[in-house]
Amino acid sequence: MSVVGARRGVRIGPFSWPVRWRPLLLVVVGSALLVLVMAVNIGLGDFPITLGQVFDVLLGGGETRHQFIVLDLRLPRSLTAVFVGAALALAGAIFQSIARNPLASPDILGVTWGASVGAVSVITFTGALTGSVAEVGIPLAALGGGFFFGLLVYVLAWRKGIEGFRMVLVGVGIAAIAGNLTTYLLTVGDVTDAGRAMVWITGSLNGRGWEHVVPVGIALAVLMPAAFVCAHLLGALQFGDDTVRGLGVRLNGARSVLLLIGIALASVATAASGPIAFVALAAPQVAVRLAATATPPLLGSAVVGGLLVVGSDLIARTAFGGFEMPVGVVTAVLGAPYLMYLLIRGRREARV
Amino acid sequence: MTVRLQAADLRVGYGDRMIVDGLDLDIVGGTVTCVIGPNGCGKSTLLRALGRLLPARGGAVLLDGKRIDQVPTREVAKVLGMLPQAPQAPEGLTVADLVARGRQPHQAWYRQWSSDDEAAVAEALELTNMDSLADRTVDELSGGQRQRAWISMALAQGTDLLLLDEPTTYLDLAHQIDVLDLVQRLHAEMGRTVVMVLHDLNLAARYAEHLVAMKGGRIVVQGPPSVVLTEEMLLEVFGLDARVVEDPVSGTPLVVPIGHRHRV
Repeated sequence: MSVVGARRGVRIGPFSWPVRWRPLLLVVVGSALLVLVMAVNIGLGDFPITLGQVFDVLLGGGETRHQFIVLDLRLPRSLTAVFVGAALALAGAIFQSIARNPLASPDILGVTWGASVGAVSVITFTGALTGSVAEVGIPLAALGGGFFFGLLVYVLAWRKGIEGFRMVLVGVGIAAIAGNLTTYLLTVGDVTDAGRAMVWITGSLNGRGWEHVVPVGIALAVLMPAAFVCAHLLGALQFGDDTVRGLGVRLNGARSVLLLIGIALASVATAASGPIAFVALAAPQVAVRLAATATPPLLGSAVVGGLLVVGSDLIARTAFGGFEMPVGVVTAVLGAPYLMYLLIRGRREARV
Repeated sequence: MTVRLQAADLRVGYGDRMIVDGLDLDIVGGTVTCVIGPNGCGKSTLLRALGRLLPARGGAVLLDGKRIDQVPTREVAKVLGMLPQAPQAPEGLTVADLVARGRQPHQAWYRQWSSDDEAAVAEALELTNMDSLADRTVDELSGGQRQRAWISMALAQGTDLLLLDEPTTYLDLAHQIDVLDLVQRLHAEMGRTVVMVLHDLNLAARYAEHLVAMKGGRIVVQGPPSVVLTEEMLLEVFGLDARVVEDPVSGTPLVVPIGHRHRV
């Protein structure tokens, strides 16, 4: 049996994958940490529940009053946090790999700003942040806005194909336009509506229930496997265009499919929680450094993203006394120093 | 003497400008062909068109008799490997991962590291003497090592046709010889068909059996080095005043430029 350096594989019948221990370790340890932080997040609150009791309920037992608090009130919120974080991070990992640029993320490419335009329109024109109009209208409008502006970037950046750098530049332009549109909507609207809209724009998990979990959950259940099936193409797209074509990959087809998956993930996530800042940009970059891979590992990024959002939610809920911060305030404060620490410590240059 | 790759009245260009303009070329199986010509004559464009990286604007490229643009690109990638000029790898990528990427056309999402893949990659690494550097990252390597790593990737692809675009650029003379010796081995021991673009005419004459001299998007003359590499050709194609003598080592033509200082 020939051996190729440290490259090992797992082979079962016709299936085979290379196995790298660091990305694997990141997923295993990250997932364990994720469950733990989720449990702590569920346990803490006005009515504290011990970790043991939380796990009792999650495993199908526990007392009735705990069941209500855990399953109906706190679990959906934590699950929304995890799903949103995972979806944003996955979208970021896909965008960064395709553009071969760590700056490419749904925030920079206008997807999350587009979603904001949609959501803020609904809040401004209907004055609703609660009730059935808001519950259905805001996520749908956010989804539509994210898709519209994401596809606009895609169409405008297309010139006989998608090129990473042009996509980033077009995205910056579109994001600025969408940002201005949002600001415009805030100024024409009622002051109280504007205040509510600002909370949504910051990214908030307050009062998230199962109705928020289900759409993101379904989207992740469909799009995550799709992303993993395409991961092999994503691995090829990290090279120059001539190399990719020479390897027999249909360059524009592969890029288009992956971009659409990324736009969908980011739009759905933003619809559920508002545009939580920094997750899509930072989580893949943190994951790539922890896993020591050349491009962001998809599963590792998703785990780090989930961990970042649920950890931020824990801090946002509990660290400021009785006041609940929007989670988006904390993600950047928590994520940025860690990313900078990894950048400073890292041997690798932070090249744009 | 089968023709593997063929350009038939091939036209390639950007916008209105034709870079390759009505060119016919046969690449015979098992040979090493070298394309030479001045800067901007369309050498690289021709090579990229032969490797279906650029679409034909007129005429056609035929791979084993079939129009290359009508064969699925993945099937082409199993027969024809291409090493672009100055290829870029992402930072932090290991040599093993780079070379393993050459297996892409043979893989699917559920089959990414089969024992065939592993054997092909191990062989490619060994042939290029890169096996001891497999776990290093590509950015850590010297220029010569990096070029060998990329050639290794093209070899792992397992194609009998190899198109190499200036494989010796940025290398010192010793490393140029190193790379070309490797190409020679691939051809002599493994029967690979190689088409490459080279700037160094003397090395081209040494390592190629068939030389193609291009100017202005057309072929001026082609054939064995002794026929192609003449003083008249150098003047016509390169505008270069030069003497051609016999290479004391290989017996192939050796170009000795005259230059302003020694003109009489």
